[in-house]
Amino acid sequence: MTGLTRATLIKDLRLEWRSKDAINSMLFFSLLVVVIFSFSFDPTAEESRQIAGGLVWVAFLFAAVVALNQTWARELRNQVLDAYRVSPASPNSLFLAKAFGNFIFVTVLEALMTPLFIVFYNLRTLGPAWQLPIVAMLGTWALVVNGTFFAAMSLRTRSREIMLPLLLFPISIPALLAMVEATTSILTGEYSAKFWIVLLVAYDLMFTMASLMLFGSVLHAE
Amino acid sequence: MTYLYAAYAATWIIHVAYLGWLARGYVRLRQEVDDLKKK
Amino acid sequence: MKRVFPILAIVTAVLLIYAMHQALVVAPTERTMGDVQRIFYYHVPSAWTAFILFSINFVASIIYLARRNAKADMIALTTAEVGVVFCTVVLVTGPIWARPVWGIWWTWDLRLTLTLVLWLIYVSYLILRKFSSGGQTPLLAAVLAVFGALDVPLVYFSIWFFRTQHPQPVIGGGGSIDPRMLHVLLINWLAFSCFAALVCWSRYRFEVMRREVDELQALGSMMEARSPR
Repeated sequence: MTGLTRATLIKDLRLEWRSKDAINSMLFFSLLVVVIFSFSFDPTAEESRQIAGGLVWVAFLFAAVVALNQTWARELRNQVLDAYRVSPASPNSLFLAKAFGNFIFVTVLEALMTPLFIVFYNLRTLGPAWQLPIVAMLGTWALVVNGTFFAAMSLRTRSREIMLPLLLFPISIPALLAMVEATTSILTGEYSAKFWIVLLVAYDLMFTMASLMLFGSVLHAE
Repeated sequence: MTYLYAAYAATWIIHVAYLGWLARGYVRLRQEVDDLKKK
Repeated sequence: MKRVFPILAIVTAVLLIYAMHQALVVAPTERTMGDVQRIFYYHVPSAWTAFILFSINFVASIIYLARRNAKADMIALTTAEVGVVFCTVVLVTGPIWARPVWGIWWTWDLRLTLTLVLWLIYVSYLILRKFSSGGQTPLLAAVLAVFGALDVPLVYFSIWFFRTQHPQPVIGGGGSIDPRMLHVLLINWLAFSCFAALVCWSRYRFEVMRREVDELQALGSMMEARSPR
């Protein structure tokens, strides 16, 4: 299983790196989002620590949706999914490869957007900053694992691009709340982010398992 | 007190709206059945 | 079976009128909130009914995933739709109640927020059903329902903790309830449950008819294609 996952993942990364199509447009989109948010919400340094958590994650969410929407585009264009369906390969290898690929893309986007946010909002962490990467990874995985799964579900629907966020956002609410609250508590140093981190871990575990258990059915549906 | 009546009215408006939508569906379905029978 | 429906409809109508009378006239007036509190007799039973319907949807979805049973799928669709209707009632009556009593339209009250998230999940469920093509709809919908159900405890805990960190006003108040009020509440719940059952039954029958007609239409166009006039 890991062999196929790794192979698919490397193939996807290599294709992306060569064409740089998706990553460039996503990068620019993320930059735009940061700038527009900075115009719209222009708080003092003290206030910005309170709201930055929310702003950052909403921006990441939009960037993630743009990335997720093209998850299966290549497979769809070349009828690869049909090949997967008849092959004996485990569908989960494909799912994990896609999910990891998306995770890497979105993490790259976040890594590029974060310095911009720090600059525009003059951010400085008052709490334990080492927790921030943990929150970022857990939160990103939460969005990506469900996003990859719902992207596959949306393939069989009209209005594919809008279907994905429509399905993803309600289900992601507890994770989003956790990400935002964890980030805010780390930035302000007022509370401990521990509960939120535990919640994110529980969320990630639960939905990763659910996706792995049900992806096969979705792939083989009609 | 208007709030009280507003709440009760809203409840029934919502329920009646849904039942109305269902009824329209029934009517349309009947028409389709008639069309099919004619064929 | 044909006879039962009209009888049940009449019984339900009588129950609903009786329950409304109880709620508006018979129930004692609340000390602090006054008459506005009577919204409670519609708000709470609607919430209970919606949650029960969504639970049935969850079970039906699991049965569909396990057995690919068409009836389970129709029950899932029915309970989801009627559940959303009742859920909408909860979300509309909640703020109408909150405004005069607590001065605010909305608060991230645990129950209200949970209801909102459930409403969002199930509206997305209905949209998925509407936008997906024929064959896979039941499967995709069932999968989404399972995801939604898994989400519920996580939503509950996240909101609960959010509220302990950021205290918010509590709508609906806690504490014990006057037995006379409880009595009226239960009567309204009974009435609305019967009403919900009736609506579900109608929706289910409609869906059965709908699918039969679709099949006939498909057959019809196939026959026409085979023997052109």
